[in-house]
Amino acid sequence: MTNPAVLSVEDLKTYFYLENSNIAKAVDRVNFSIHPGETVALVGESGSGKSITSLSIMQLIDKPGKIVNGSIQLEGRELVQLSNRKMTKIRGKEVGMIFQEPMTALNPVYTIGNQIIEVLRKHKKISKKDARKQAIELLKTVGFPRAEATMKEYPHQLSGGMRQRVMIAIAISCEPKLLIADEPTTALDVTIQAQILDLINEMKKKFNMAVLLITHDLGVVAEYADRVLVMYGGQIVEQGTKRQLFKSAKHPYTNGLLESLPSLDQSSDRLGTIKGTVPAADNFPEGCRFSTRCPHVMEKCIKTNPDILSDDSGHGVRCFLYEEEEK
Amino acid sequence: MATTLEEKSRSITSVDQDTLVRVENIKKYFPIKGGILKHTIGHVKAVDDVSLAIKKGETLGVVGESGSGKSTLGRMIIRLLAPTEGKIYFDNQDITNLSNEKLRNYRRDMQIVFQDPFASLNSKMSVGQLIEEPLLIQTNLSKVERKEKAISMLEKVGLRADDRAKYPHEFSGGQRQRISIARALAISPKFVIGDEPVSALDVSIQAQVLNLMADLQDELNLTYLFIAHDLSVVKHISDRVAVMYLGRIAEIAPKEAIYDNPLHPYTQALLSSVPITDIDHKREKIILKGDLPSPSDPPSGCAFRTRCPMAHDRCKVDRPELLEKKNGHFVACHLYDR
Repeated sequence: MTNPAVLSVEDLKTYFYLENSNIAKAVDRVNFSIHPGETVALVGESGSGKSITSLSIMQLIDKPGKIVNGSIQLEGRELVQLSNRKMTKIRGKEVGMIFQEPMTALNPVYTIGNQIIEVLRKHKKISKKDARKQAIELLKTVGFPRAEATMKEYPHQLSGGMRQRVMIAIAISCEPKLLIADEPTTALDVTIQAQILDLINEMKKKFNMAVLLITHDLGVVAEYADRVLVMYGGQIVEQGTKRQLFKSAKHPYTNGLLESLPSLDQSSDRLGTIKGTVPAADNFPEGCRFSTRCPHVMEKCIKTNPDILSDDSGHGVRCFLYEEEEK
Repeated sequence: MATTLEEKSRSITSVDQDTLVRVENIKKYFPIKGGILKHTIGHVKAVDDVSLAIKKGETLGVVGESGSGKSTLGRMIIRLLAPTEGKIYFDNQDITNLSNEKLRNYRRDMQIVFQDPFASLNSKMSVGQLIEEPLLIQTNLSKVERKEKAISMLEKVGLRADDRAKYPHEFSGGQRQRISIARALAISPKFVIGDEPVSALDVSIQAQVLNLMADLQDELNLTYLFIAHDLSVVKHISDRVAVMYLGRIAEIAPKEAIYDNPLHPYTQALLSSVPITDIDHKREKIILKGDLPSPSDPPSGCAFRTRCPMAHDRCKVDRPELLEKKNGHFVACHLYDR
């Protein structure tokens, strides 16, 4: 990784100040970076902070939430504290976004063509005619053979998979450096999911984009990511290459997740489980966030939150079980 | 032709002592209304001629993508929806046309657990009330007995007795699904339909609920119809699996046969599309072209032919019948009916 990172997030803290004067530490001391042409998957269950991390990168955190600390750099440019006007120029242009539910992300009263043209003309100084030409090209790129006809259609006339293709067309329209895909296929059927993820992969290669893939599906991670960040309780608890995560996972949470997955290849009578439930963000345990559910919990885990320690290969784990080994 | 058809439906739904649920040639067509006078201008063929049987103590998994008709099928089997055509038998009794009054006797034997535990539990009722409600309707238990039963059900599903006084919003998604299961099982049904019961849950919680359902099945000798879109989940819990496409069964077989040796091109594509966590075994993916056709205007002949990599001329004309290829392995595809 000699070339500079497209995105680097350092010591990010995004807190929510709740009405009952509690503080929900939704994202707490998160560090990572993504390089060009690389897909980094951010995995975790609901409430782990993965979506808040992506919204923080986009500067889309609203009150009562606030980025209280940290730095988010896009090709060396600091995004935290950037004015809303400047940020608007970055969103959609330098950072493309795809969300889970394309129906809510698309405007139902505008045609597909209008919505793509709007984005193109907002970020590029081009005529309406050229924008139209480019929009048709984009739709062809993402797999609409009858692109001219699709331009005139409205979102409700398209299926879920086709809407997500339109979202991808919009997201890549300005050839962004970074693509954030937040659960892009969660609402889609499995045969359509394969089409969409392959398309994202293809676009990544074509434009040498950095991709932040946010998902709860470890199968998707295994097939499409290069590196993986596992989040729990607002923190990254383990990070490494795909191989490190799936072949030699260290953190008890990562192992618990992998064991709880029903498998297509092997049969087992019982699934592994992680006892209990995810703690609420305003009520995290004082020490290790996973200590209340961890099968290997020790006394110091209850009092102190371990730091994330990485070995030379970049495989990092936030767990006292590995503290000695790393030193 | 007529005799072979009859033989076919007899073989797949063969009547024996062990059969708990049986449906024959069941159809559900929803009318599409249009025009100023709201005439019926067409039909959505949600379920189009399905026959199957479920043995006592067995789990039949039903997989399919959205619009395949799997939920409609489940709802017809327990008569939440009336079929347009066809017969439903429960415990060898024809319940297709029973009045609501008479159905009530059967309702205590058939229960359903829905996907969304946020929507399916009344937020104004306490957990105790929720679990006792079916007991109040279906049994003659006294107040004290109902309370005892509710407590024993809560403990059975891994919650605590004092959770009775709490309300659904005080629980997480996985705990709410446990409450739904406790409520469904309180009146000791024989047959339970799970309609995507773990789809809304995180994987670690999903595993807890799946283990719970398996334990309860052993303990109470339950028969399950498990509807889901997640093929790994269905494989884990099922004994046999039916694959549905556009309102029809494409393939139905014992689980090992479906997953190790899928015959229908749709099943093959579906299985190959599931992303798996084994990073050393890259499988060849069969990427299907296009989307599911509209169930209001399904393709002629074989419903899958518009996306099938193996489609040939005959598939346009003839609708393939569901025929037995090997022991208990049925497939509806012209590749196999010669």
